[in-house]
Amino acid sequence: MRSITISNSILISAPILVLIVLYAFTFQEMEGHPAEKPQQEEMTPEEAFEVMMQVLTHKRCINCHPDGDRPLQGEDSHFHHLGVVRGPDGHGLPAYQCNSCHQDRNNNFSGVPGAPHWHLAPKSMAWEGLSPGEIAHSMTDPERNGGRTIEEVEHHLTADPLVMWAFEPGLDQEGKPREKPPVERGDYILAVKRWVASGAVIPE
Amino acid sequence: MKMKLEINGSQYEVDTDRNMPLLLVIRDMLDLKGTKYGCGRAACGSCTLLVDGEAVRSCSYPVSLAEGRQITTIEGLSENGQRHPVQQAWIEEIVPQCGYCQPGFMMATVALLNKIPDPTDEDIDQNILNVCRCGTYFRMRKAIHRAAELNKSNI
Ligand code: FES
Ligand code: FES
Repeated sequence: MRSITISNSILISAPILVLIVLYAFTFQEMEGHPAEKPQQEEMTPEEAFEVMMQVLTHKRCINCHPDGDRPLQGEDSHFHHLGVVRGPDGHGLPAYQCNSCHQDRNNNFSGVPGAPHWHLAPKSMAWEGLSPGEIAHSMTDPERNGGRTIEEVEHHLTADPLVMWAFEPGLDQEGKPREKPPVERGDYILAVKRWVASGAVIPE
Repeated sequence: MKMKLEINGSQYEVDTDRNMPLLLVIRDMLDLKGTKYGCGRAACGSCTLLVDGEAVRSCSYPVSLAEGRQITTIEGLSENGQRHPVQQAWIEEIVPQCGYCQPGFMMATVALLNKIPDPTDEDIDQNILNVCRCGTYFRMRKAIHRAAELNKSNI
């Protein structure tokens, strides 16, 4: 009887303890944010550029901006398995499209990544092998960026679900989480907006 | 979650997780065993079927995406007892060896011929990336050209 009473009290008190600990963590985090925010808002354009480029040079972006006709994949950016090619419009070949395997969401059963309109960036937007400055020149040059204005570039970088996939890349075929870019999504978006708002100047 | 599916022109209702792979619904819940499970990783193509006429690897396709779309499996290729040209060509060229990969290849071929009615060898190599462990590629290539011919003579 006694042991039952003890286990009961443990059962009742354990969740309360967990809640207190969780609350403490959450509370600490909440306290941390207001302190960080002004710092981010005060980012210089050069700092914003640097934060943005930590993401844009990451393999989650570069793998789909290859300098060639084959997509790259994986943490080591190898050529996409099975001889997959970009095709006439970056969506694959007529009867073997990206969407034959990649749907509008990650598939953690098969390990196949997915996001809306999964496809390769056109060859004119190849970033593979470019320096951060060269990438910035490429993406702001209407001759190479598909005639986009800087506002449209900002929208692609901060709101396109295909780009945002980089921050939720799902599990690979071995069930391991894919590597995310080294910057939090919110900080990255803030950095892009800050860089564009300050004139999209590309540091020498 | 309850979902309605249209497969080979027939209506089905299934009650399952919305992320369940379409392949498993078709094989294990609806007992249409023609579509095969090979790798489960969208790598081998043995699970290929058509969704609105496009080739899809059904092991990597959540069933909920199939709602409101027309699914065609190998069981739905023949019409009114008439063999589909791809089936006819496969028989004429005696393509299969063990046969396991063949439904996937045949469905990929139907998708190819819908898009490229008279494919070159290069079109075949680039658009059909399925895997056959028995190595029947050579006979398949002949059968694909034969199916293209049969398609033309059917018009
Ligand atoms: S089982 Fe779907 S591609 Fe292999
Ligand atoms: S016929 Fe055996 S795997 Fe293709």
